Formats: sequence, C-alpha cells, structure tokens
Amino acid sequence: MSAPAGFPAGPIGGRNIRRRRATDRLMRGLLGLAALLAIVPLVLVLAFVLIQGLPALNLALITQSPVPAGFPGGGVAPAVVGTLIMVGLGTLIGTPVAVLAGIYIREYAGGRGATAIRFLVDVLAGVPTITIGLFAYGLIVVPSGSFSGLAGAVALAIIIVPIVARITDEMLGLVPGSVREAAYALGIPPWRAIVRVVLPAAGAGIVTGILLGVARIAGETAPLIFTALGNDTVSTSLGEPMDALPLRIWVYASGPYDSWHAQAWAASLVLVLLVLAFSLLTRFILRRRARSRM
Amino acid sequence: MSVVPGQPDRIRTLLSRHRPRYGEPIFRGLVGLASLTVVALIAGLILVIAQQSLTGIAHNGLAFLGGSDWDPVHQVFQALPFIYGTVFTAGTALVLAMLIGVGVAIFLVDLAPAWLARPVGLMVEMLAAIPSVVYGLWGIFVLAPWLRDFVEVPLHDTLGFLPFFSGNPIGIGNLAAVVVLTIMVLPTVAVVSRDVLAAVPISQREAALALGATRWETIRIGVLPYARSGIVGAGILGLARGVGETMAVTMVIGNAPVISLSLFSQGYTMASVIANEFSEATTNLYRSSLLEIGLLLLMVTLLINAVARLLIWRVAYGSTSRSVLA
Repeated sequence: MSAPAGFPAGPIGGRNIRRRRATDRLMRGLLGLAALLAIVPLVLVLAFVLIQGLPALNLALITQSPVPAGFPGGGVAPAVVGTLIMVGLGTLIGTPVAVLAGIYIREYAGGRGATAIRFLVDVLAGVPTITIGLFAYGLIVVPSGSFSGLAGAVALAIIIVPIVARITDEMLGLVPGSVREAAYALGIPPWRAIVRVVLPAAGAGIVTGILLGVARIAGETAPLIFTALGNDTVSTSLGEPMDALPLRIWVYASGPYDSWHAQAWAASLVLVLLVLAFSLLTRFILRRRARSRM
Repeated sequence: MSVVPGQPDRIRTLLSRHRPRYGEPIFRGLVGLASLTVVALIAGLILVIAQQSLTGIAHNGLAFLGGSDWDPVHQVFQALPFIYGTVFTAGTALVLAMLIGVGVAIFLVDLAPAWLARPVGLMVEMLAAIPSVVYGLWGIFVLAPWLRDFVEVPLHDTLGFLPFFSGNPIGIGNLAAVVVLTIMVLPTVAVVSRDVLAAVPISQREAALALGATRWETIRIGVLPYARSGIVGAGILGLARGVGETMAVTMVIGNAPVISLSLFSQGYTMASVIANEFSEATTNLYRSSLLEIGLLLLMVTLLINAVARLLIWRVAYGSTSRSVLA
C-alpha cells in the first residue's frame, strides 16, 4: 500500500482539540443542512402539483378535446393520445436497437472496444434533448415537409437508446460467467447461449430499465416542439402534427387563462404520478436484483 | 465433414440440426450493427444540424459569436446574449449545486445512518425524475412570485446599489432560472459524487481515524483529496445538464436578449431561444440561425460531457451508468 493521498505531515488538524471538535460539529451540521436543502424542492414541487392539480383532475380532462381559448371546460385528450402513441412507438423503435447494442458491448466488444462504445453511449445520453429534436427536424420534418407524430417518436426513440443500452450492458454483467459456460458445455454456440440463457436471466432487469426509459421520454418536451408540434384535435395519424402532455402543459402554463393554468396543473399531476411510479418501481426492482446477484 | 461413424457424430448432427452454422456471424453482425447505430447517431446529430445551419453560418459569419444584436426583422443574428445567458445561469447554478450536492453526497456516504441514507438518496434521485416542464410550471406560479416578494424586494431595498441587484424585481428572470437550474443540476452532482465517494477505499478513512482525526477531518484529508477528480467530473456533468436544460429555464427566465449582471434582469439562453422562437421563425435564414445556435450548443455539450466522463472514469469506472439514470 502506498501512503494515503492528502495526509498532512504534521499532527492532524493542529493541537487544539476543543476547536477541532467545534469545527467537526459545525461541518456535520452544514452537511446535514445540505441534505435537507436538497429534499425541500422535491417536497415543495410534489405538494404544489398535488394541491393545484387535484381539484382540476377529472374524467373530462383525459376524454375531451380543448375548447376555444378562455372558455371553461374541455380537456387534454389529444395530448394523452399523442403521448401514448409517440412514447409507445419511440420505445418500440429505440428499445431493440438499444438491447442489441447493450449485448454487443457486454458480450462481444471486448475490453477496449467496450470501453470506447460505453463512453460514446454515455456521451449520447448527455446530449441536450432539444438538439435531438433539431436532428429529427432536419432528418424527417424537412424532407417530408410536415411536422409529424413520426418525427416526435423518432426523437424520443433516440433519447431512450443510451438509457436502455447501458442498463442492458449492466444487467448482462450481473449474469454469472458460469451460466454462459454451462451453456457452452452443452455445445450451444455463443449467440444461442446469449439469446436463450443469458438474456432471459437478465430479463427482469432489462425490462425495468426499459420502464425507466419510458418514464424519462414521457416527460420530454423540448424534442417535440419542432417535430410533433402539437395539435388541438385528437390525431392518430403519424404523418400529421400530434399533441403531447408535456407540450400541452408548456402551452397552457405560458398562456393567460386561469382555466388553462388549472388544466396544466392537473396534466402535470398525471405526468408526475406516471413518471414517479415508473421510476420508483424500477429502482426497487433494480436494487433488489443487484443485491441478490452479488 | 466427419468421416468417423457412430454416436459422437449423431450427437453432433442432433445439436447442429436446429442451428445453421451462419447463426453466429449473423447475430454478431446484428448486435454490431446496433452499436454502430449508436455511434452513427452522434455523427448524424452533428452532420444533420450542421447541414441545416449552413445558410445561417454563411450569412452571419463570425459576428454570430461576438455580436450582441438579435434582430430577426432586420436579419441580424448574433448569439452573444444567449451564450452569455447560458454561461451566467448554468455557471451560477453549478456553483450552488456543487455546494449543496457534494454536501449531500458526503452526508449520504460518510455521516448518515443507513435508515436515513436510503430514503434521502432516493428522494435526491427522484428530483431528476420530475419532468422539466413541471419544474417550469412550478417556477412560474410558485417560485417566481415567492422570490419576488421574499428575496428580490428585500435585496433590492438594501443592496440595490450593487449591479447584481439592480433593476426591477418582478420574479421572472435570471434569479428564478438560477434557482430552478440549481434544483435540476443538483441530483446529477449529488448522485455521481455519492458513487465517487463510495468508491474511496475504506482504508483511507481508517488511516485518518487511527491518527486521531475527527469525522470531518477524516473526510477533509482522507476522503475528499482521493475523490477530487471524480467530484470535478460530477460538476462538469452537472454543467452539461445545466447548459442543455431547456423547458424550465425558458418558462422562468423572461426570454429577452439582454446582457446584464443583475439577477433581477430578464435573460435568454441558447436552448430557450431555440425552443421559444422556432415556431415564429418564418424565414429560412431565421430558422437556420436558430439551428446554428443548436449546433453550437451540441458541440459545447459534447465536449463538456466527454471531459466529465473521462474524469469520473478515472476514479469510479463504470459508475456513470447511474448518472445516465439520474
């Protein structure tokens, strides 16, 4: 063992023990305060979404289309339908690519190659989602000449890829090597061992990772502004502009009408409940899984 | 082809019956192609956005980076107010988020008992799960009025002579953007720092304790120096998140291309000008100039991210997957 980094040559912290104890108490207090400061915003945001959103939450909100601006009533049905379609399609497009990429990283790429691809996947995960929206705009909206639900779904698919790819990679890493060796010993070629044995063993973890990705893209607004655009009527056509819950919340929050604000809070409540439920569920499953494999 | 007759050969045929020999190369090609797609996506992002912003680049020239006029009506597109706004808000938010986030991480790893560390850690992670637009909604209707009445007005009355607190306190503006950004950057900093601190060998702590150090001294001389580059990485990762954050900032910053030191002033960031003006951009040049800002944003965040990952990997290899989740 080398000498621990950062240790001073002289006596630690000087000789005045009373002052050192006081500093210790002060710093521990400050660190505890930091933890308190960190959870206050979560409590505040959740409390306000609940208090403001609950009164406006009713069946009409998710079954009716918006009424002309400023009139009471109506709902955000186009946004609910649009979010379901685009998040669903985005997941369907992105997930297979991501799972296959995760398999390549863990099972085939080997040391240096794996590190390089992991690095790029992590970098992709950090790209601002608004630029991914611009990409989908240039890739689909410009050539097709129209804003569309498809462009929105593609943008969301790109966002979910790095999330699911990295979780697949991690989950495959938790499957013991002996499982693979047992399969090889039976004369099964590597690819079948992966598909039939390793992947099912990591299945639950990968599924929870996908759910986490779904929760993430369901709350995305920025990549949909110049792809899906938004729509006041329920649209199920992928070639036409489509609404989404986060887009609708943005429009309503920025508008001047009280009825809009009330619906924005209610829609936020729906979105937050959805996202938190997904995130909490996946975290508990992931945590239990990681522990049982260790 | 085996020429030896008998059982082993039958077993081999049995085993090979369901699997054509080209199965392995096909599967290998398939998964290889998928990971190539991921790599190609990064290149594609740069290429497509660059191609879309060519008109803007040709028209705006270098003044795009150095000038502060943003006047779509007269076709003058200079991005300095947005670059300034992004640096100002993300930078200030990062300083605050580092102070709180690293504190939280130390608290979770070295001070809190398990029964407390688990729920507090989970709550910090949940901060990252709340959609940006919900923070924006909360920012407009709860945070901004509160800041105006209880922070900005008192500051203006007592310290209004300082450039940071000059101007009209109306709630919507740089301060609200900084606070919202701090909240959103915090989980990234805290979660990555926590993983980095947890990766510091226990012997570092034991050595300090054995020399008679107090708990804080143990952290200061035994833990923090060892984790330094990883914590810096966490900060840079937080910076990338802050720079790219769009919706919440757009909703509370006021969206005016002003360069001002004042926390009460309205501002604009690179991400929010794209989000806010794209639908109004009726001319090709206007739209292309917004995409040029997008290109700048993309290149900057790619660079920041790459540096951050490398720094974190030096300390806690592989732990960045947690920050992908956060």
